[in-house]
Amino acid sequence: MTTTTEKVIAKAPPKPVLQLGDRIFAGSAKGAGILILVVLAGVAAFLIAQAMPAIVASPADLPGGKTLVAYIAPLVFGTILAALIALLIATPLAVAVALFITHYAPRRLAQGLGYLIDLLAAVPSIVYGLWGVAVLAPATLGLSTWLNTYLGWLPFFAGPVSVTGRTMLVVGVTLAVMILPIITAVAREVFLQTPKLHEEAALALGATRWEMIRMAVLPFGRSGIISGAMLGLGRALGETMAVAIILSASGAVTFNLISSDNPSTIAGNIALQFPDSTGLAVNTLIASGLVLFVITLLVNALARYIINRRREFSGAN
Amino acid sequence: MGKAIDAKNLNIYYGSFLAVEGVSMSIRPQTVTALIGPSGCGKSTFLRSINRMHEVIPGARVEGRLELDGKDLYGPGIDPVGVRRQIGMVFQRPNPFPTMSIYDNVIAGQRLNNKKMKKDATDTLVEQSLRGANLWNEVKDRLDKPGSGLSGGQQQRLCIARAIAVQPDVLLMDEPCSALDPISTLAIEDLINELKMDYTIVIVTHNMQQAARVSDYTGFFNIEGTGKPGHLVEMDETKTIFSQPKEKATEDYVSGRFG
Repeated sequence: MTTTTEKVIAKAPPKPVLQLGDRIFAGSAKGAGILILVVLAGVAAFLIAQAMPAIVASPADLPGGKTLVAYIAPLVFGTILAALIALLIATPLAVAVALFITHYAPRRLAQGLGYLIDLLAAVPSIVYGLWGVAVLAPATLGLSTWLNTYLGWLPFFAGPVSVTGRTMLVVGVTLAVMILPIITAVAREVFLQTPKLHEEAALALGATRWEMIRMAVLPFGRSGIISGAMLGLGRALGETMAVAIILSASGAVTFNLISSDNPSTIAGNIALQFPDSTGLAVNTLIASGLVLFVITLLVNALARYIINRRREFSGAN
Repeated sequence: MGKAIDAKNLNIYYGSFLAVEGVSMSIRPQTVTALIGPSGCGKSTFLRSINRMHEVIPGARVEGRLELDGKDLYGPGIDPVGVRRQIGMVFQRPNPFPTMSIYDNVIAGQRLNNKKMKKDATDTLVEQSLRGANLWNEVKDRLDKPGSGLSGGQQQRLCIARAIAVQPDVLLMDEPCSALDPISTLAIEDLINELKMDYTIVIVTHNMQQAARVSDYTGFFNIEGTGKPGHLVEMDETKTIFSQPKEKATEDYVSGRFG
């Protein structure tokens, strides 16, 4: 008996009063959310449909006469390697710059620096690519030789040193410069939002400024730093022109960062191959694009997971 | 433990604005001193100048002498960081570090002083400090949980535990109960009575009953009008201030006739 009455009550909840404005806003927000999902699903569907012929084709028909996996794997390796180098260089630098802007620099200088960083983000990637190949590549020759001479026992610097400087290292550094502004901008915004209360709590305990940053600012900004880094990583993974211009790619799978034998990246490879491709070759390139799409999704999911794992301690409660 | 504080003709500025003018007061060791007065009269500013937290605000500065057992806290070569390790502070709103567990919150200050402490030594310190703040029984089973999950009153006692864990000489409290309910307030007031055995306590409060309940001495701050600096009107034993103050303004304030 009790269950049926409960059901009756549950079936007819009093309709909540909703203003027209609220209803319009809720509807449009929901619509925007759905639209994003639809677009994403559309992109995925396109990639899968176009990649299908390459996936089912026999290896002999594919460019290079290799299996699809053998074709894409070195590209995946190159893509991740370049993006990781960029991330390793850019993240600490971006955090340092953001901390300087928010906690060390005098106010007027901080504002100017902030604008400058934002401006860096607006430079087209082709310009970075040209700068990389024309300025950075020749400029790193000395450094590469030095690294090879003194750190040559590390697989990264095994050599032989590339004479043109169009190496993985230069690509990584160029990408790092490219993603620096976005990571800095995100980190800066988060650091600025650190509650004064927590900063003062640390200072009142006798923390120096650096200790205060470690106790209050960095833990609070942790999820922001990760989000920023993932945004940067996304850009680095997908960067096309800079890589295509700079890298002298041979398709080798190697950790050697300073030789002329380099793996290409997915995006760079598509940019270089697409104009001359027809038929199944195009499908193969799109299949590699699908892999990039999946990698990007995985990276973002991982970032979400890392952020959520310590949600309890995030300070949002 | 518990040192004397002597302010001698202290002027406190925000940039070029003189916020508090000519404060001279002596605070005896191991007593509770309450600072009362209307909003904006500079009592919190004065409190924050005692542990040099005032100068954290850009442009803020202090003139005059402020002594802790005869040693000038604003003397040349004195590191404000060192001053703050001797003089603990509890803020108006409870502010445990949200990213740290209860345990880590308590030893946060100790970690700054002494990086390498044995596990059992820190365990003892945490228990001692939490017991000192009357919080141990409530949290002993969830020391690894975040401090922000506690109630407001518990959070404030956690902040007190954090402050006393570094064994300061003085404990400053800036309206520590203004964000708490009456029961939590009572818990903190009881705690203040126990803490004065070991520490010199200075507390800013808007609640005159609270000042009357917890303090041995009371200083009354006032302000002539907006834009004028605040100043110390008089300071005396709490019962004198509340029964027969020397100044008319003090009498008006404590009897609720203005402010």
